[in-house]
Amino acid sequence: MTADMTLALAPETLARWQFGITTVYHFLFVPLTISLASLVAGLETAWVRTGKEKYLRATKFWGKLFLINIALGVVTGIVQEFQFGMNWSDYSRFVGDVFGAPLAFEALIAFFFESTFIGLWIFGWDKLPKRIHAGCMWMVAIGTVLSAYFILAANSWMQHPVGYRINERTGRAELTDFLAVLTQDTTLVVVFHTLTAAFLAGGAFMTGIAAVHLRRGRHVPVMRTSLRLGLVTLVAGGLLTAVSGDQLSKVMFEQQPMKMASAEALWESEAPAPFSVFAYGDVDEGHNDVAVEIPGLLSFLAHGDLESEVPGINDVNEAEQERYGPGDYRPNIPVAYWGFRWMIGFGMTSFAIGLAGLYLTRKRLWLAPELRTTEDEVPRLALTRRRTLGPALTDWYWRVAVLTIGFPLIASSWGWIFTEMGRQPWVVYGVLRTEDAVSPGTSQAEVLLSMSVFTLLYAVLAVIEVRLLVKYAKAGPPELTAADLDPPTRIGGHGGPRSGPGPGSGPGSGSGDGAAEADRPMAFSY
Amino acid sequence: MELNDLWFVVIAVLWTGYFFLEGFDFGVGVLTKGLARNRKERRVLINTIGPVWDGNEVWLIAAGGATFAAFPEWYATLFSGFYVPLLAVLVCLIVRGVAFEYRHKRDEDRWQTNWEHAIFWCSLLPAVLWGVAFGNIVRGVEIDARMEYTGGLLDLLNPYALLGGAVTLTLFTFHGAVFIALKTLGDIRVRARRLATGVGSAAAVLAVAFLGLTQADGGDGVSLAAMLVAAVALVAAIVMNARGREGWAFALSGVTIVAAVAMLFLVLFPDVMPSSLNEEWSLTVDNASSTPYTLKIMTWCAAVATPLVMLYQGWTYWVFRKRIGTQHIADAH
Repeated sequence: MTADMTLALAPETLARWQFGITTVYHFLFVPLTISLASLVAGLETAWVRTGKEKYLRATKFWGKLFLINIALGVVTGIVQEFQFGMNWSDYSRFVGDVFGAPLAFEALIAFFFESTFIGLWIFGWDKLPKRIHAGCMWMVAIGTVLSAYFILAANSWMQHPVGYRINERTGRAELTDFLAVLTQDTTLVVVFHTLTAAFLAGGAFMTGIAAVHLRRGRHVPVMRTSLRLGLVTLVAGGLLTAVSGDQLSKVMFEQQPMKMASAEALWESEAPAPFSVFAYGDVDEGHNDVAVEIPGLLSFLAHGDLESEVPGINDVNEAEQERYGPGDYRPNIPVAYWGFRWMIGFGMTSFAIGLAGLYLTRKRLWLAPELRTTEDEVPRLALTRRRTLGPALTDWYWRVAVLTIGFPLIASSWGWIFTEMGRQPWVVYGVLRTEDAVSPGTSQAEVLLSMSVFTLLYAVLAVIEVRLLVKYAKAGPPELTAADLDPPTRIGGHGGPRSGPGPGSGPGSGSGDGAAEADRPMAFSY
Repeated sequence: MELNDLWFVVIAVLWTGYFFLEGFDFGVGVLTKGLARNRKERRVLINTIGPVWDGNEVWLIAAGGATFAAFPEWYATLFSGFYVPLLAVLVCLIVRGVAFEYRHKRDEDRWQTNWEHAIFWCSLLPAVLWGVAFGNIVRGVEIDARMEYTGGLLDLLNPYALLGGAVTLTLFTFHGAVFIALKTLGDIRVRARRLATGVGSAAAVLAVAFLGLTQADGGDGVSLAAMLVAAVALVAAIVMNARGREGWAFALSGVTIVAAVAMLFLVLFPDVMPSSLNEEWSLTVDNASSTPYTLKIMTWCAAVATPLVMLYQGWTYWVFRKRIGTQHIADAH
């Protein structure tokens, strides 16, 4: 076996690939789950408050897509909880005292919330009054946000460990200040960035699917409302993602200068430092062959002025060698550099498409009365006060809007790849190296097996999931039935809480209801 | 009581909650073949757990997370050591969860049949594997001085552990059958009751053998008492079921699971993963635990969260308390 192959099949490499594959895959579902839960809850609340049918139809439509999505989010999340133990047992032993707590909090507080109330929401249409039913989706939404918060606090500790000490006797990290873990700047900014990016993703999803229908003039009232909600979410989410991203990069320039220098392929420290637009370099030599730069901008991004010095890769590497001993402390620089650019590029393209859409579909502002549209008309894409886009350009806009569904997901995937690979060779920055974190007792064959199984299974599930999403997205919002418009007024359904003793009664039995009412089919069944 | 002892109890409670709740989920999944005679009946069964299975499964995530936080060494040794069985459980839980959610989303017969196979197998396999895993944990496995599992996959499939797997499979299936009898209407309810007698008797024989061996190996007076409670409750559950007292039968099969899991943890204490190579290398509540500071924070969290969880999960069961029959399952969506 060659040295390259040995490295490629080393337990550390395989375990990292498995973690990368399963985590990026899991995170395709996470942003949509977080944002769609709130959006669906908002739509249902709009229905409860206004009684307008279009909101209920929109709730049911987006709710179904949300459920198809969250199903995979939930099940792929189980793997995340256990693979620290499976493939990273030395990591688990070393950090469990610190890292385990937020994970346990996540399960005890967030997951129970999410999973219990999602069941109530799915099956509760004919069991719960509409206010409580909408409340269940809000509970799910709160659960998703809490879950994101705790897991990001755990991840932020790996990026910037605080509130701990190393026990000399056991050689393990021990928690000394949990509040510091939960409230350090890394955690707060990362949570802000991740949540806003999630809403960027959800807004783009809604915009794109609404565009599919509006382009063909189908389901107009529901899709018009959805487009508006999607665009506003997309633009607000995009803007705040940019703001939080800027804050995060400032924090990272302080905490992990190597990651940010790699993100810019900035080899030597410079003052003022330029922002790299394009670079092609030689990692072994430690310099760029080709570089297109904007002078001073990087200093501004890092420190908010146009003069400050930004440390370069070679200098940080030397500083870390001095501090931690001989070794190469550089991450994979092309991945960091391009990952950073794909993240920003795809995210901001989506934001720009949203901004364009919000402007083009404006309802009244700087718009001649004859261009205004009613509730059941496809909005005209108005370029100026009196002029609309031509049919070809209009069609193109709708098409581009459909494409944007995928952009935020690509962006967040690269964001994670960047931030995790940019931290290498550390698993806990400055404290524990990735190579020291793997399970010593786990064999190559075992890791290879689990990596192959998860990859294959996830690939198959991806095909199934996307097909289902397409099927239900195409089908459009459902027609409402009489039962939909007549939700129960009491908990437990129309029959009310009559749990009179039936034959063989015990706790939970209630078969004494009136015959017609009792035989009514469930509003939803698996 | 020290905090690490308390956390041993908390983790025991979380696993008990998991086996109590997902126990009948697994049982219902297994009974979709064997009890249900057609698709509509299968759907009745699946829908008895429809609104609750996801919340039930979180008890596992909570047990895993709590073990990570309170006993990192236990978490690390257990999940890196029992690698392949855990992988199988994870795959099953993934496929099973997706199967519940996606089965009805297409009308094609093959699509639905495939997911129904998935529900059956992915309920059956974890039901067996959890018993195998706990059998091995209690009996002790080859753990070296560095707390690493040094045995292989086949070492985990020893007769005692496999007997444990047979116990959990039959016990969960019985628990599921009793749950179905409690939650359904019509013919299937009667058949569930009839089937429960047979499965319950098999579970009783296997459980007495397994728990008896466990007791003989490392039990004391308290574990013996727990074992007797489990045995008596199981017999009483079978009797109540046969008499058509479904609520009582379900409560008693629940008591059986609680007492049996309690007994295993009683035998285990103060170890969390005994080493079969050298007693000194065993993982215990002392050498595997987190610091008192972490445990204190976790205690506050659990003290507030767990009762709340029980409250709102209990409320869910109350909301969906009505029995369902084939008439409640609509043909198309």
